[in-house]
Amino acid sequence: MAAATNNPPLLEVRNLRVEFPTRRGTLLAVDDVSFDIAPGEVLGVVGESGAGKSLTGNAIIGLLEPPGRIAGGEIRLEGRRIDNLPYEEMRKIRGARIGAIFQDPLTSLNPLYSVGRQLVETIQTHLSLPASAARRRAVDLLKEVGIPGAELRIDHYPHQFSGGMRQRVVIALALCAGPRLIVADEPTTALDVSIQAQIIALLKRLCREHKTAVMLVTHDMGVIAETADRVAVMYAGRVAEIGPVRDVVKHAQHPYTKGLMGSIPSLGERHDRLTQIDGAMPRLTEIPKGCAFNPRCTVHGRRCMVERPELMSAGASRAACWRHDAGGVGQPITKETVDA
Amino acid sequence: MLAFILRRLLQSVAVLLTVGLVAFSLFRYVGDPINAMVGQDTPAQEREALREKLGLNDPPPVQFVRFIGNAVQGKFGLSYRTSEPVTSMIVERLPATLELSFCAALFALLVGVPMGVYTGLYPNHWSSRLFQAVSLIGISLPTFLIGILLILVFAVWLHWLPSFGRGETVKIGWWTTNFLTVKGLEALILPSITLGLFQLTLLMRLVRSEMLEVMRTDYIKFARARGLSNRAINFGHALKNTLVPVITVTGLQLGALIAFAIVTETVFAWPGVGQLFIQSVQFSDIPVMAAYLMLIGLLFVLINLTVDLLYFAVDPRLRAQGTARAAGH
Repeated sequence: MAAATNNPPLLEVRNLRVEFPTRRGTLLAVDDVSFDIAPGEVLGVVGESGAGKSLTGNAIIGLLEPPGRIAGGEIRLEGRRIDNLPYEEMRKIRGARIGAIFQDPLTSLNPLYSVGRQLVETIQTHLSLPASAARRRAVDLLKEVGIPGAELRIDHYPHQFSGGMRQRVVIALALCAGPRLIVADEPTTALDVSIQAQIIALLKRLCREHKTAVMLVTHDMGVIAETADRVAVMYAGRVAEIGPVRDVVKHAQHPYTKGLMGSIPSLGERHDRLTQIDGAMPRLTEIPKGCAFNPRCTVHGRRCMVERPELMSAGASRAACWRHDAGGVGQPITKETVDA
Repeated sequence: MLAFILRRLLQSVAVLLTVGLVAFSLFRYVGDPINAMVGQDTPAQEREALREKLGLNDPPPVQFVRFIGNAVQGKFGLSYRTSEPVTSMIVERLPATLELSFCAALFALLVGVPMGVYTGLYPNHWSSRLFQAVSLIGISLPTFLIGILLILVFAVWLHWLPSFGRGETVKIGWWTTNFLTVKGLEALILPSITLGLFQLTLLMRLVRSEMLEVMRTDYIKFARARGLSNRAINFGHALKNTLVPVITVTGLQLGALIAFAIVTETVFAWPGVGQLFIQSVQFSDIPVMAAYLMLIGLLFVLINLTVDLLYFAVDPRLRAQGTARAAGH
């Protein structure tokens, strides 16, 4: 939970900007994003497709696909700046200090190599272990991620595993060298719902046991609510709201977050319809002036149309909204209500 | 796997029978062999007697079965031109063609694959663009022109390499080889380049496009995320995944190299089966042509069979199909 906040942060992201030069001008896909992740903490990053969640994750592991590039800001891991490292230096951090899990376990593993070979090569890349010890470690990892008959399964090829089992292998691969942080990009999106829960539980347990922090990128608010300590809501390349998961879920401050929460079906209550946020996220080329959410916002005021809100304290979290504490629609905006 | 091989063998037999039918048809429909064998003033009765003796009056299916029966034993009769046994003529010239094709294939593989990998990894580097441009020339220039140009430069102007023939050869049993003498090796260089250049550019372009494709896959991205070295990613993970199509094309092209060595052998006066075939065509030497057809058919079938088996070595998804279902869900 939020108890981890007193420790110095494991990961610091400051004013990160990611841009894509295109023929029709440069697109700013991640715009001035800042957040911390404490050791052992699970930070959920949630938002619609194209909100910049995955790009933020890729920027952290140093694998932005060209022509995407970091245009500004800093990323620090354990106090050391990593966003401007040469490729070889960053390569030694990837897998060793920062692990990564991608969306689709069916395509994340090389089909031509056995699972064991892929584990052993990763282990030996980062730890100086002889082959036999690396193999023992690989078997242990497979056991740890809950693969039955690990001694036998280690020599099997990816196509001999089911989707859920493959994602377990992917998690084992991410854990090979005992990283401090795992960037998990939609780790359960491609899986069956029943398998999703297992994978999330596994990830949660492993990170607790290994004291590994996780940046969990997903668009599934349910997964976040269940897993994360804190949550960052992203919209149009910016952080709309960030705070302890309970506060964000129960007392969302940003109208966008409220909209997201309203669109989750719950079994307990009866709704006639789920609330939905009308409209769609603006294209990167057409981000409106002022607050990027204003065309879809039901409570926007005059200031929202002209001035862009930065993150500001709002209850237990921080939200980028001039109206975060506005009670109702159409209330006149004054300097006082905004600065309150 | 055994069932697969058996099925492939059956298919191979079917292919060879079809090729046999084509070769057999040559005898029946490309001119009358009797005309080629006897003088112009041979009386009709003698011709008829010869026809009867050779079994040419039997119904075609019977003749076909007899032809196949002989072919299986390696008997293709006598050459109309030289009256030598066709089989021994071919066996005598086969090593020349096989060695030439082997060197050409080796040249294409050893140069084409690394160039393809390089241009696939650094598609925007100036040298990649240069390779691409040069490969266009290689693909569009006809073989005979390349051969003649090479002869002009390296034999006529520079006097570095011989322009025709096999140079010195050494006989090992029935096999004559170029590989054991300096002159023989020198003689191999120009024809091998000529013959292999097209395959080289083809391979380079194939490997390049496959590499570009593979480098975009998730498992390559994940391999990077695991912090593997570039070397391990490029040559371990990426190159191996390009191999299946590369093996297919290499196999087919190896057959093509042997079959289409004809042009190169003609340009360099290389005493191989291709040259023999050209001479046979000029003389309507049908037994030799038929035997050549059968030989090329056999080589293609053998190469394809090897290629299919290589797939198993490369791709575990094919290898383990039987056990996968038992072990998976």
